[in-house]
Amino acid sequence: MNASRASKLAFVSALCLAFAPGLTAQEPWAKIPIPPLPAFHPQEPKRIALPNGMVIFLQEDHELPTIDGVARVRGGSRSEPDAKAGLVSLYSEVWRTSGTKTQTGDQLDDYLEIRAAKVETGASEDSTTVSLSCLKQDFNDVFKIFDEILRAPEFRDEKLDLAKRQAFDAISRRNDEISDIAHREAIKLAYGPKNPYARTPEYATVAAVTRQDLMDWHQNYVHPNNIIIGIVGDFDSAQMEATLRKAFRDWQKGPPSKAPELHFEPAKPGYYLIKKEDVNQSNVRLVGLGTTRNSPDYYPIEVFNEVFTGGFASRLTQSLRTAQGLAYSVGGGIGTRFDHPGAEQFALGTKSSTSIEAIQGLYAQIDELSTKPITNDELTRAKDSILNAFVFNFDTPDKVLRERMAYEFYGYPPDFLERYRAGIEKVTTADVARIIPKYVHKDRLAVLVVGNPADFDKPLSSLGPVKEIDITIPPPPPQMGEAASPAGKQP
Amino acid sequence: MSRALKLVTVVLVFATFCSAQDLASFEQRVTVKTQPNGLTALVCRRPDSAPVFSFFTNVDVGSVQDPMGKTGLAHMFEHMAFKGTDKIGTKNYAAEKVALQKVEEAYAAYIHERDKHVGRHEQKLKQLQAAWQQTVKEAQQYVIPNQFGEIIERNGGEGMNAFTAGDQTAYFYSFPVNRLELWGYLESERYSHPVFREFYKERDVVVEERRMRTDSNPIGRLLEQFVAEAFAAHPYHRPGVGYMSDLNSFSATDAQNFFNTYYIPSNMVVAVVGDVNPAQTMSVIEKYFGALPSRDKPDERTTNEPPQNAERRVILTEASQPVYLEGYHRPDYRDKDDAVYDALADLLSEGRTSRLYRGLVRDKKIASEAEGGTGYPGVKYPHIFYFFALPMPGHKPEEVGDAIHVEIDRLKKEDITDEELKMVKTRAKANLIRSLDSNEGLAQNLAVYQTLYGDWRELFRSVDRINAVTKADIRRVANQVFVPTNRTVGVIENAPAANGGAQ
Repeated sequence: MNASRASKLAFVSALCLAFAPGLTAQEPWAKIPIPPLPAFHPQEPKRIALPNGMVIFLQEDHELPTIDGVARVRGGSRSEPDAKAGLVSLYSEVWRTSGTKTQTGDQLDDYLEIRAAKVETGASEDSTTVSLSCLKQDFNDVFKIFDEILRAPEFRDEKLDLAKRQAFDAISRRNDEISDIAHREAIKLAYGPKNPYARTPEYATVAAVTRQDLMDWHQNYVHPNNIIIGIVGDFDSAQMEATLRKAFRDWQKGPPSKAPELHFEPAKPGYYLIKKEDVNQSNVRLVGLGTTRNSPDYYPIEVFNEVFTGGFASRLTQSLRTAQGLAYSVGGGIGTRFDHPGAEQFALGTKSSTSIEAIQGLYAQIDELSTKPITNDELTRAKDSILNAFVFNFDTPDKVLRERMAYEFYGYPPDFLERYRAGIEKVTTADVARIIPKYVHKDRLAVLVVGNPADFDKPLSSLGPVKEIDITIPPPPPQMGEAASPAGKQP
Repeated sequence: MSRALKLVTVVLVFATFCSAQDLASFEQRVTVKTQPNGLTALVCRRPDSAPVFSFFTNVDVGSVQDPMGKTGLAHMFEHMAFKGTDKIGTKNYAAEKVALQKVEEAYAAYIHERDKHVGRHEQKLKQLQAAWQQTVKEAQQYVIPNQFGEIIERNGGEGMNAFTAGDQTAYFYSFPVNRLELWGYLESERYSHPVFREFYKERDVVVEERRMRTDSNPIGRLLEQFVAEAFAAHPYHRPGVGYMSDLNSFSATDAQNFFNTYYIPSNMVVAVVGDVNPAQTMSVIEKYFGALPSRDKPDERTTNEPPQNAERRVILTEASQPVYLEGYHRPDYRDKDDAVYDALADLLSEGRTSRLYRGLVRDKKIASEAEGGTGYPGVKYPHIFYFFALPMPGHKPEEVGDAIHVEIDRLKKEDITDEELKMVKTRAKANLIRSLDSNEGLAQNLAVYQTLYGDWRELFRSVDRINAVTKADIRRVANQVFVPTNRTVGVIENAPAANGGAQ
């Protein structure tokens, strides 16, 4: 249409109108003009590399008088020993609740809450974080705490004890809800039960963690060359840069964090059953292994996911929810992550008496991928959905900052988002057809059913040999006593 | 005298906020207009927004309005609002309309026979059911399934969803700003020309939603029993998702009648927030929503919950770990003490300085989590102020209940500290500022406050009301409301699975 469009985004919108199937002149909504989207160049954060290896991103946003920040430290639960599974989670809790050399965690709570400010710590499989959030006028006060938590924490036994009790409580409750069970066990099937992304803390492994372990973890990982900091909000970048340089300039480099070697061993295809008697709905998941975002399969996978499971118009929603009324929640996809394979899952919740019917329904949809290949219409719809919503990846300064930090952390190019758009635009039906047999084939997927088999429409074994998974929680070691004894006897 | 008072108020407002987020700044940027048909529209321009906008349609109807015997109908309509219109989602509406009429006639005949107390003819029932299902099949041939959602998705709609609560039904998503007029068309059509197609399949979907949220979830089961016990007469005692028997009974005609009664323009507030031109946006809204027919307000009388004069208890014995919940009746949100309840909820629950965290989690170590809150299951009618805690392994629900009562007694007998009061007030201000940082959140807040108070400015004034709360108010309200005869207790007690199955 108009060649002088200000941005690629607008060009994409025009494409959608030109190629959208079935949008004929009779359809009133197709007659509504869609003007070009105004040019939009999101503000990039300023990147600062300190001589000690710390990388800082500053993103000004003056709309509200607040400042938010996060320090992401390399090294997370995937690096903890098996026998101490739960260590990093305990560390990340006690890191903040224990406080610093000069103030206890309780004193910090009082100090921060009276300013409506937060400094919190957290953890994931590959990193730990310290975050701050405050009104602009309190930044100096709050940053001081943030800095002390990073560099001068004090790990106190009483807070480790409390964190352990809370961890025991979480273990005791982990089989209470069917969706928690299904989620946890599906990851075990996708990655293998020993993979650190699938591993779950047990009473014994939590009990084994000592204060010294927390101190050692801190000593081994929290070094400036392992840290990326991002700050967003109502500040002047030059001034903020000076503050941070001054604060961190005397912090010496330490040994770099090394990513552990990981093994991904998906379960053998077949049927896996977990019995849960207090439900009238089964949670059904077809599970396999996905890939990484730097794989050449990534863009076809994104388009495939949109066609197969993405939203109202997707094949799974159209068939299993809308046409058959078998499920309220249905979805999933081929998972992708930055530095390790994502898990692949196609999941739904269906009444006990249609559990087998629902598995067959999922199978039928998978089979149809060969008998009714993805059409040009479906491809266009999927690309329209992704590309027209593309602006929502960077519509706030905070989102732009988070994206940039993630690319830095995982060693992806800073313009990865732009490459993503270009990558999606290029995907063809042939590309999608190429990746399907590689990832989505019923002979390659494990089938997990969590539910009450007494009420199933047919035995699960009518589909093939069934392996029953025992999710009984291993009891606490006897010497742990009262702190870990859950209500009721564990079988 | 009154002039002086006014001045003081103005100064206070300015002292409370800085420039970009104060009421005065929003006065400049928010346009509000009630259409001749009664629908209220709000438009808020955000100066530095990306070229996107969010909207929130808030309808002043919820599951409280579900007719007896037809619980779940408000929620069911919410699902039908994604099924399209007489132009969207159909291959031939004229034929489809006739076919849908036949579905309703066949369904009515089937239900009539099914629900006979005496003289039900089983053979006839089977035939009627088959005949009904045949009409469903015939109507289906005209459907383009999910076309409404598909148009939104492929135009870049983000976060498309809806929810039904006791007091409200809401619809929302975000769009690139060049889809403003398309949005006006789509959002108004779903209320001006809804078509109740694929109703009975969608009812099955809702039944699965009930199984997921309530039947197969121990806390879901507890909450359903808890509200049934806490409210004897007011409709808050019924599940918003509906009882199973009602979900297997009500018809598309019932949903249509519900829609006709309650989805009237004067029950609707639409807020649009983002990189939008207020005048242009208002004219889009006028053009599309202006056509919604104005109708009389329905009779919305409900039974007032009578005073409770004895403690009530529900105890569920489950294979899952223990849970403790208790609640006290309080007046609706228009009560003069509304801000005192908000202050209490904050004091009890917010962060690691909160009373319940310090008392039950940090010091006694008998709960892994503990919180108190208000607004359950809604705010429009007298409702519940609740206390909720998860007992730590080895501790019983009663022990947690006793510890909660110790905290309540402290509130009744001792003033809270100056620091605590300051924390509550500072957090209220900071939370308001933080709530202004997204198009989605702001659209929701503006629409909800406009609906509840008839004035979006109450969003800002709510902070002033919390700022006026005194220590004496906290003690007075605690003494008035947190009394045993006004209490309902809900407990999950653990019993291992009978045959040693997975716990």
